[in-house]
Amino acid sequence: MTAMLSGARTLMYKEMLRFWKVSFQTVAAPVLTAVLYLLIFGHVLEGRVKVFGDVGYTSFLIPGLVMMSVLQNAFANSSSSLIQSKITGNLVFLLVTPLSHWAWFVAYVGASVVRGVVVGVGVMLVTVWFAPLSIANPLWIIVFTLMGAAMMGALGLVAGLWAEKFDQIAAFQNFIIMPMTFLSGVFYSIKSLPLFWQAVSHLNPFFYMIDGFRHGFFGTSDVSPWISLAIVGASLAMVCALCLHLLRIGYKIRS
Amino acid sequence: MPAISFQNVSKLYSSAGREVRALDGVSFDIQPGEFFGLLGPNGAGKTTLISILAGLTRATGGSVSVLGHDVVTDYATARRSLGIVPQELVFDPFFSVREALVIQSGYFGVRNNGAWIDELLQGLGLADKANSNMRQLSGGMKRRVLVAQALVHKPPVIVLDEPTAGVDVELRQTLWQFVATLNKQGHTVLLTTHYLEEAEALCGRIAMLKQGRVVALDRTSALLAGTASTMMRFKMDSALPPELASKARVTGRIVQVTTHDAAEVEQVLATLRAAGCQPEDLEIGRADLEDVFLEIMQGPPVTIGQVKVAI
Repeated sequence: MTAMLSGARTLMYKEMLRFWKVSFQTVAAPVLTAVLYLLIFGHVLEGRVKVFGDVGYTSFLIPGLVMMSVLQNAFANSSSSLIQSKITGNLVFLLVTPLSHWAWFVAYVGASVVRGVVVGVGVMLVTVWFAPLSIANPLWIIVFTLMGAAMMGALGLVAGLWAEKFDQIAAFQNFIIMPMTFLSGVFYSIKSLPLFWQAVSHLNPFFYMIDGFRHGFFGTSDVSPWISLAIVGASLAMVCALCLHLLRIGYKIRS
Repeated sequence: MPAISFQNVSKLYSSAGREVRALDGVSFDIQPGEFFGLLGPNGAGKTTLISILAGLTRATGGSVSVLGHDVVTDYATARRSLGIVPQELVFDPFFSVREALVIQSGYFGVRNNGAWIDELLQGLGLADKANSNMRQLSGGMKRRVLVAQALVHKPPVIVLDEPTAGVDVELRQTLWQFVATLNKQGHTVLLTTHYLEEAEALCGRIAMLKQGRVVALDRTSALLAGTASTMMRFKMDSALPPELASKARVTGRIVQVTTHDAAEVEQVLATLRAAGCQPEDLEIGRADLEDVFLEIMQGPPVTIGQVKVAI
């Protein structure tokens, strides 16, 4: 048991070391992207778009961008690590070890959460100078950050297991993750949408992650944070169950 | 208790809509401390068998165990006892040699392994590359790291899947000295190789696979003694008479014919004379493992009854 814990800890350390060694690309670049979004959208839309009561648009945008960065980078970490190892063949170093599917899961998802949080903190530290930002309830911020990042880390693992080529991961990212994050209310309050698109947005679990996260800052949100918690919790449980199942059967990694 | 036990192992693949039988009822045991060779032509099933042992592939039927631990039901203990050197020259480009070894130790739950890692680096001639990134190493150096990674958790059973493919003579010597020392210290070694002189020099016992079945399993000395006893070698510029061409092995000008007694040697010479051929540099020598291997592989399709088994 001790050896197993130590093995999982090593894998998580290796996964963190991997992204940290290329932190210019894995941390600095996404922070810069988020800042560019803030500068452009903030400049164009500040004072023109009404969101929550007297909350300014740039202040509203910051938590959305932070959470979007957390989610996208958590996904990128596990998915790109796994697909690289599969394609270059070095996954064999891991496949021959006694590590259980639980150890793989905890390590890959854990490292994804760390990368998501590191990027999220980076985005926050840079963007917070652009607009006043209060923190109404830090617990919601922490809960939604961790749950969202864990879900995306697990989803990245699923995508990494499923994909056989880099372009399949890119397709997963561009056609599923990007639209779902962009259409989740990062840049707008879904109350500004026509009723039909509001209803569609309510089917997107990413919306609840961002809305719940934002609630931690402003104490107000499009839906109750408890509803968001329940939906994000259920989505997380489903993705984790799928991920653990695929790891247990060695889906596309053990023939 | 055997170090490795294969019991009736079979593997079916689906390829392009039809079933391919990669392994068909393979059974043999390897005893602790043995240096065992697994030989066979490409596609015979060697790597599939080793992949099943390592947990990379699942057998369709049968069972495999390492020191009594089933590789499926008790995989964690089985894998802790195994060190696998994979055939492909793979590496993780993010890390240095030492980092790769520390990480590999950690996967097996072995911490504070610096002294053993230093010993491995020294023994494999990697000491001055310890802090180099894996990407900067030559192919031969990467191969050495693969061996070090397989041994980093001090496994009692070591599996080398064609470790000397494309490796220069010096590294081959270093590698074999290192592995032979480990074997003398009590480690069991299972080796697959295409270099039959290596297998002849190193392996106490050999199994030969053909089309997913064991077609020979014996002590190396018994295999050499029990099959073709002599080998005629000569050089010739003209074409061989047809009755010889069918059983000779021709490499450029060099012709090799397997014979079993003096009468057969005379018969070959008579055939050559009758055809007007003039062989040069004629030698008649003892068959080596390559000759045995080719004779077995060129033999008729196998049946289980033909398997030579001796422990």
